[in-house]
Amino acid sequence: MSTDLVWLAVLMFAVTYPTRALGLLTPSMERLPQRALDYLQLVGPAILTALAAVNVMVVTDDSGATSFHIGIEWVAVLACMVVTAWRHNLLYGLAVAVVIVAGARALGIAAMPV
Amino acid sequence: MSTDPADDALTASRRRLVVEGLGIATAAIGFGFVYGLSARQAGFSPIEAIAMSTIVFAGAAQFAAVGYVVSGLGWPAIVLLTALLNARHLLYSAALAPWMRDVPRSRRAVMAHVLTDEAFALAIAHFKRLGRPDERGYWIGAIGATFIPWNLATIAGVYVGGSIPDPARFGIDVIFPAAMIGLAVGLITGRRELVAAIAGAGIGVVAALLTSPSVGIILGGLFGPALGLLVPAAEAHEIAPLGTPASADRYAMPGTHLSDRSDATPAGRDGPEP
Repeated sequence: MSTDLVWLAVLMFAVTYPTRALGLLTPSMERLPQRALDYLQLVGPAILTALAAVNVMVVTDDSGATSFHIGIEWVAVLACMVVTAWRHNLLYGLAVAVVIVAGARALGIAAMPV
Repeated sequence: MSTDPADDALTASRRRLVVEGLGIATAAIGFGFVYGLSARQAGFSPIEAIAMSTIVFAGAAQFAAVGYVVSGLGWPAIVLLTALLNARHLLYSAALAPWMRDVPRSRRAVMAHVLTDEAFALAIAHFKRLGRPDERGYWIGAIGATFIPWNLATIAGVYVGGSIPDPARFGIDVIFPAAMIGLAVGLITGRRELVAAIAGAGIGVVAALLTSPSVGIILGGLFGPALGLLVPAAEAHEIAPLGTPASADRYAMPGTHLSDRSDATPAGRDGPEP
């Protein structure tokens, strides 16, 4: 059983723990500059949408070449986005996305992922 | 039966904390399970997936890490993006510090590891209701409502995920991108976030097509926010500034929004009166 990613988890901890501990352990810590706060505010949405978009729109073949992909996953992810925004509940959105993809593949109108 | 009004207030606030914590725990179970499932489908071994939940213990960063690993991102880049994504904890930590100044340093060090969006949101609401800190209340929210459910659900997701023979047939592969987009929806609290999200996706895809998926994700994550900052602050209409309870509620697992989330006091000015 691979344990390589445990070390990655340790490294992720090494950059996460100080952000959690600094304020609690050094209460006199200066606040971050406003510009840095403004930037950090936007990191979450940008990283998460980049991950989602690259995951559903870009495929890599065996030679490592990338190409644009259009598939049922687009519909599913868009549906998840709409349902989550509407119901304020991601679990509903995930359920809809899974049903769309599983249904389309079962009916043969969508290909299995490569 | 207690006759001390302070004791009664503590009991009442803890009762509410537990009720709110049950909602958080329910969501943590759902998302911890989905995380375990996604990690397993992405090729994480059970030990790796579970270690991530125990050692890192940061939902959005863990989900993102699954995507990073699948995209072939190098570890230094993963660590950099994790640091950026989790930097918001600095603000929670600073906001809680005035309430925790009488707690021994060794216990504050342990508290820090379980300081998540959910723990902050539960604790700060509880302390504000009381008008004073309550260390046990912090542990109830951080450990009882979040850490334990998240880790147990991760274990369940890992083992269920590992036992599904043909996950793509059941659409399991779409859970990861759908979860990413759903989490992003919760974080769009103003025009800047909207621009950053669209720019991050656009830059990510174009850069991925021109280079590789991993480079696309890095560039989208780094330059998307820079484009978002082009929206003037006066036109941003920000409703949940980072480091506030409202912001923590957004980062907490969607679907568990606590009832009292209207205040948006900036971190560092959120503590008890001296």
